[in-house]
Amino acid sequence: MTAVAPTRAPAARPHPRRTLRIGGFSTTYRRRQVAVPLLALLVLVLAAAVSLGRGDYPIGVLDVLRVLVGAGDDTQRFIVLELRAPRIAVAVLVGVALGVSGALIQTFARNPLASPDILGVTGGAAIGAVAVIVLGGTTTAGELLGGLGLPTAALAGGLLMALLVFGLAWRQGLDGYRLVLIGIGLSAMAQAVVRYLLTRSTIQDAAVANVWITGSLNGRGWDQALPLAVALLVLLPVSLALGRVLGALQFGDDTARGLGVRVPLAQAVTVVVAVALAAVAVSAAGPIAFVALVVPQIAVRLTGGARPPLLAAGLLGALLLVASDLVARTVLPDSFPVGVVTAVVGAPYLLWLLVRGRRRSTL
Amino acid sequence: MTALETSTAAVRLAADGVRLAYGDHVVVHDLDLQLTDGSFTAIVGPNGCGKSTLLRALGRLLRPTAGTVLLDGRAITSTPTKEVAKVLGLLPQTPLAPEGLTVADLVARGRHPHQSWLRQWSSDDEAVVTEALSWTDMAELADSPVDALSGGQRQRAWISMALAQGTDLLLLDEPTTYLDLAHQVDVLELVGRLHTERGRTVVVVLHDLNLAARYAQRLVAMKDGVLVASGTPEEVLTEQLLAEVFELEARVVPDPVTGTPMVVPVRRLR
Repeated sequence: MTAVAPTRAPAARPHPRRTLRIGGFSTTYRRRQVAVPLLALLVLVLAAAVSLGRGDYPIGVLDVLRVLVGAGDDTQRFIVLELRAPRIAVAVLVGVALGVSGALIQTFARNPLASPDILGVTGGAAIGAVAVIVLGGTTTAGELLGGLGLPTAALAGGLLMALLVFGLAWRQGLDGYRLVLIGIGLSAMAQAVVRYLLTRSTIQDAAVANVWITGSLNGRGWDQALPLAVALLVLLPVSLALGRVLGALQFGDDTARGLGVRVPLAQAVTVVVAVALAAVAVSAAGPIAFVALVVPQIAVRLTGGARPPLLAAGLLGALLLVASDLVARTVLPDSFPVGVVTAVVGAPYLLWLLVRGRRRSTL
Repeated sequence: MTALETSTAAVRLAADGVRLAYGDHVVVHDLDLQLTDGSFTAIVGPNGCGKSTLLRALGRLLRPTAGTVLLDGRAITSTPTKEVAKVLGLLPQTPLAPEGLTVADLVARGRHPHQSWLRQWSSDDEAVVTEALSWTDMAELADSPVDALSGGQRQRAWISMALAQGTDLLLLDEPTTYLDLAHQVDVLELVGRLHTERGRTVVVVLHDLNLAARYAQRLVAMKDGVLVASGTPEEVLTEQLLAEVFELEARVVPDPVTGTPMVVPVRRLR
């Protein structure tokens, strides 16, 4: 063996594999893969606590705590429990859903640029929502749609569009590149439809539609949080159970099959779960830009390893959204859409990680 | 088993009238091939002769349009893929490693078919991976990212993963592609040791006839999707066969180092 030194000399076991055993259960982990989610959770709780107290009517930390344990005066109770808590709950749930969805899609497509937007979820949901806003009440079709309700129309639009993307991409299995290309094509068509609808709308409707397209948490409450929570209760365990198979899928179809993975089945489950997560998130808060695309990449740079970690991506997604919502509510003018803030908060952080990281930047 | 086997060793992997096609385009025509336990076979042939396609079918990556591939006498396509993965390992031509993956993690992934959701990492796994790393001389590079390795080291890492998978059979598709001659020899020495020291049954698709003759016990020559010749390197590598299969005028002389047949090209025929 003519040993050639690697271009990057390895340090002596920088992140050794550790083993966890509980009864018959065993798995491996690295310290940072545990530390990052724990830290993210801690900061998330702090950010949510701060967010509960801040706003047009500031409430002190102690008063917030009092309200949470069942005391406090009626005004404070109303503001914290009826206005702020449900909105923050929606922010957390949407952030988790988008973060995990992005991590699943990027692992499946083996492409850090992939996100649920590319699978047509966002475009389809936008058609559904904008159709309700613009056509609602003015046409018979619009009345039917309006009766459906905006979130349902967005959910249906997103799922239908994703189904169309799959239908066109499926050839005895899913090819990542094919799926991404078809998704980009259909998303462009969906955008055209949305723009057409906007030209047909009144200026007021167009303004409402624009806020929805940017993604906003304004006026969101328990009505959105509950369905989201139920969906996550089902989808999150499935996502986490997929983790082991995702590690093998990352290698390419041939190697994965050689390792005994039922590739078409594993791919289908991964993509369906990712689409469902994105669709419920988008139907609740609109297509909040950037979270699903960038949070998984931030997460993998923080934890190390070769694929976006699901748990860390979910928690960091929630953190990004709660923090962005706090900024949108307190620093910026009235009802500023949170979708603008997520990009402004998240992008510089990712750029910083890219600039100082040793990791080759394929983004 | 369809055919009687004259040798005493059991047939582990067999193609029985296998026809392979991409769409309507038939690449391999009704081919029969039997691979016995503990053998080292090299499949050779000109570009586009269907040798890699045949290897894919032997590794159940491609489903035959007619005929069957039998693994230990059972149709491979109706055997659960995880069961197959415990017996048969394969190394694709240009395997894809995700960015940032370390050698140790790559080799650990070889344990996949032996794990379950509950038992994701046993002490057995740890021992096998450590042993595979040191046996392939990769222990020192265990924490290097795979994408930072040289071509030869990368191929060693993948072979280390195949070793960790612990399969009796190993199929390799052109494992020496893109390597310089020294690393080609290095990789084939390693594969040869897998065969002699670890008793693996090896099937390898190779372009270099001289190296194939050196390391393999048996050569299988293909042309236009048909098996043309099969036997020891001396039986297969004749001047007549080189003219017929490769359209090459060549002399065949004994390799001065090993005595195996060595091809010295003269010119292309036609």
